[in-house]
Amino acid sequence: MYMRTLIAVSAMAVISTTAHAGCGIYGTVKLLANDFPATQAMSAAVTKCDGGSADISVNLNKDHKDLIVPAFTANPPEFTVSHVTNSTLVSVMNDGLAMPLDDLVAAHGGSIQDMQKVTIDGKVMAIAFMANAQHLFYRKDVLGAAGVGVPTTYEEVLSAAKAIKDKGIMEYPLGGTYKAGWNLGEEFVNMYLGHGGAFFKAGTAEASVNNAKGVATLNMMKALTGYMNPDFLTHDSNAIQAEWEAGNIAMTNLWGSRAGAVTDGEGSTSEIESNTMFAAAPSVAGGSTPSTTMWWDGFAIAKNASAADAEASFIAMMKGTSSEMAAANSNDANWLIAGVEPRASGVGVVASAAGGASPYPMLPWMGTLHGALGAEIADFLQGKESAEQTLADVEAAYTAAAKEKGFL
Amino acid sequence: MPHRTFLTFIWPSALAMLLFIALPVLSVGIQSLHIEHEQIVQTVKNCGPFGCKEVDIVDAEATALLQKEQPLGRFNGLGTYANRNHLAVEEISAAWQAGGGVGSFVDTLLNLPFYKALAFTLTYTFVVTPLVLLLGFFIALAVNRLPGLMKGPTIFVSLLPMIVTPLIGSLILFWMIDAKGVIGGSLQLIFDNPDLSLKASPTLTWVTLIVYGVWHSAPFAFVVFYAGLQTVPKDTLESAMIDGATRWQRVRHVILPHLAPLLVFIALIQLMDNFRVFEPIVGFNAEANATSLSWIIYNDLRGSDGTMLFSSAAATSMLTIIGVCILLAPVVMRTWRDNRQRA
Repeated sequence: MYMRTLIAVSAMAVISTTAHAGCGIYGTVKLLANDFPATQAMSAAVTKCDGGSADISVNLNKDHKDLIVPAFTANPPEFTVSHVTNSTLVSVMNDGLAMPLDDLVAAHGGSIQDMQKVTIDGKVMAIAFMANAQHLFYRKDVLGAAGVGVPTTYEEVLSAAKAIKDKGIMEYPLGGTYKAGWNLGEEFVNMYLGHGGAFFKAGTAEASVNNAKGVATLNMMKALTGYMNPDFLTHDSNAIQAEWEAGNIAMTNLWGSRAGAVTDGEGSTSEIESNTMFAAAPSVAGGSTPSTTMWWDGFAIAKNASAADAEASFIAMMKGTSSEMAAANSNDANWLIAGVEPRASGVGVVASAAGGASPYPMLPWMGTLHGALGAEIADFLQGKESAEQTLADVEAAYTAAAKEKGFL
Repeated sequence: MPHRTFLTFIWPSALAMLLFIALPVLSVGIQSLHIEHEQIVQTVKNCGPFGCKEVDIVDAEATALLQKEQPLGRFNGLGTYANRNHLAVEEISAAWQAGGGVGSFVDTLLNLPFYKALAFTLTYTFVVTPLVLLLGFFIALAVNRLPGLMKGPTIFVSLLPMIVTPLIGSLILFWMIDAKGVIGGSLQLIFDNPDLSLKASPTLTWVTLIVYGVWHSAPFAFVVFYAGLQTVPKDTLESAMIDGATRWQRVRHVILPHLAPLLVFIALIQLMDNFRVFEPIVGFNAEANATSLSWIIYNDLRGSDGTMLFSSAAATSMLTIIGVCILLAPVVMRTWRDNRQRA
């Protein structure tokens, strides 16, 4: 199966390079994207069009979110097109750096499905190509040995973890992307939304997380860390994937974009891989929606790009996000692209979306609050201060930063 | 030297210093006094893969107009310096007035990001600097006693920690001190404690960072001292030996006074370097337990998705410069006084 795909992909590569050198692209395309399997597949398809009239370069970078705004601010822009998400599109839009894509969609975007179009105030500002969310990864064998079912709530996650620990199967059955900073902030956002919390006073940019739901969120997070490796404040997605593949943990709420990677036949034993299962993110505190946020990944084009380069970039991205690309790499992501069979390892993302998980809030000031959350919550998880004090600190840190950004 | 010759001689350096040191510092200083314009917000319909929603967005055009009128942003005076994320003037005076004793005041202080970072930065600086001086000196003395054949290789090996880029060095050690890494695992065996983790508790994280700092900087002190040792006058040493001075007395009364200027030099460089401690915090993923002033600047610029706090970063940079000046003042003043006496 793998060989066949490989041959098919290589054959396609040969055909496309010989038959369509340049892919009908006239101009310069400079693509900036995050670095994970799906973006690698997407950018490889874009790069195939390099040559002839098309000058294509790609930069895959884990720090892409920090580079987009400066890169798009330059005139001419450092990158003509960038990978964006619901969160990073906001920071690009805050500075008015994204180009409306309506004309390009009309001219070259026939294959785009309506739900892929991210429209803001009636204008298409980005094209989404995949969906992502943190959701439950669990080890069927370990849960079976502990005699517990698949948890659907965080309360059940706790009791399952306790059962695994009490039976002596694993010392630290849970894993979590609790690294202080962005990851920890995201864990709070997920859990707080699961509690039905609102981040801001309605209609304002004033933070309001210091409430009963915020306290309950922190207490649940702390209860979970009781079953995690004591180094949890240093664990990001890479570390958790490694822990998973080493068989050290039995349950974690990890990104859908990692689901393919932990079942790809590499980096782990077949026993662990064959017992790795996915489900919707658990709900919490009697709530009905999964405690997670839905993310889309897409692309936006720099407003400062010349008309020719913008058109070239759009056509190149159409090649990069074609159904052929998605079909050839169907296990890498939950593609939103038309004509792709849903992947088996994508059930967690689909189930989370079907369960009504909220999309990550697209508000200009959300990034600032996220930063404050990531910086302050560690104090509570280490037992240095009360939940109320931590949440008050979060609000105070946010208020100072938001005043500086001109939001308050 | 006539003034004219002196000026001709000095102006290229003076110009370079003005362009590459004074102007950037001035620019950062001005930036720190400004904050961004009030963002003009409008509510619009936002549709995407997960449905439609009314959301607030920044009216980029209107905001850009404001930006054009006043490119620096709104003047905020020392407001950024005084706010909660920096010197936290209000919070501190409130805590002071609330009473509640020194303990609770210190707790409040260390709960504020700037002071939390300052506490680690100062501890790191004042523990690592003397240890580096001491260790470097003793390694230099030891290597100096080695037979000629072994000196070369020993010096090369001792310099290795300094050659490794700090970020890479700390990343490698981060995995080695992991509970399953070679150092972390050995420590668990030695202390017979399977739960021992160097990354989990603040104290052990601080110790790890400090040990790393000494490991990384000691070669620098060593190599400078070693070079100095080659210039110690043999006659004086020999006369001291004839006078019956012990090895320790020779070190104390001949070698140390001879190396004193080098000691000042290394201390200066180390104080500056250690006050800017940054890479090990990133490499060791230590931000939950230890932050430094430089780390705060980094976090302001890359903490969240593309939301950058330029004024905050500028203010912390200025405070760092002031901190370095205060730290170096005693050493610099002493050197200046010595020079004047000599002149």
